[in-house]
Amino acid sequence: MASDVKRRIKIPKTASLDEVITVKTLITHRMESGHRIDGQGETVPRSILNRFVAQFEDHTVIDVQMEPSISSNPYFKFEVRIPHSGTFRFAWYDDDGQVYTETATIDVV
Amino acid sequence: MTLTRRRMMAIGTHAIAFAGLVGARAHAVVFDEAVQGFTQGGVPRAENPVLTMTLPDVAEDGHFVPLDIHAPGAAVVAVFADDNPDADVARFAFGPLSPTGSVSTRMRLARSQNVVAIAKMPDGSLYKAEAFVNVIVGGCGS
Repeated sequence: MASDVKRRIKIPKTASLDEVITVKTLITHRMESGHRIDGQGETVPRSILNRFVAQFEDHTVIDVQMEPSISSNPYFKFEVRIPHSGTFRFAWYDDDGQVYTETATIDVV
Repeated sequence: MTLTRRRMMAIGTHAIAFAGLVGARAHAVVFDEAVQGFTQGGVPRAENPVLTMTLPDVAEDGHFVPLDIHAPGAAVVAVFADDNPDADVARFAFGPLSPTGSVSTRMRLARSQNVVAIAKMPDGSLYKAEAFVNVIVGGCGS
């Protein structure tokens, strides 16, 4: 169970038609691997974000299946071609069933 | 035979070394299975014009090792670590608006080991890139 999850998106506000832009995403999450041993000698159970999806309008830009070997506070930087103005939707899926979302818009000028 | 302290220490050291060997072999099996799960028997080409993976030669902190993938035209890129408790690191599926197949992230490495990336193209062909990362402080378990 993850509380107080913060999302950060870095994306340009504008782009020219069909420009390839860079998107950076960050989310705070412990990404408990399931291999850590706590102070009492108990293995802390796995609790990670297992999937990250970035969509632009109707298109899936990138869909990441995450495993425990992804670092805490998962960071992804990726490139997108912008065919027109529109809205990005980002979603992170937690092992515990929660889905964290964020949006961002971009204008083609 | 009496077990002297010296003899017990010797046995202990060999037991730890053996356990380390068994652990590494177990990870190797898990790694092979993870790769097979993605390649489904296909053989990835090592000499390839498609897939570039960038990793540091030396990672100071195994909790945050920067990973860069560049695979123009790839449908999916899978990344594996051959001596982590979990061999699978991530799978990146790219849509038509991501033709450069570029992604950067950070991964955990428990100890120095090989990291392998395999790109699967839309026609099913496979390309492989591999790098050995020296890890100074391991990022195991967290």
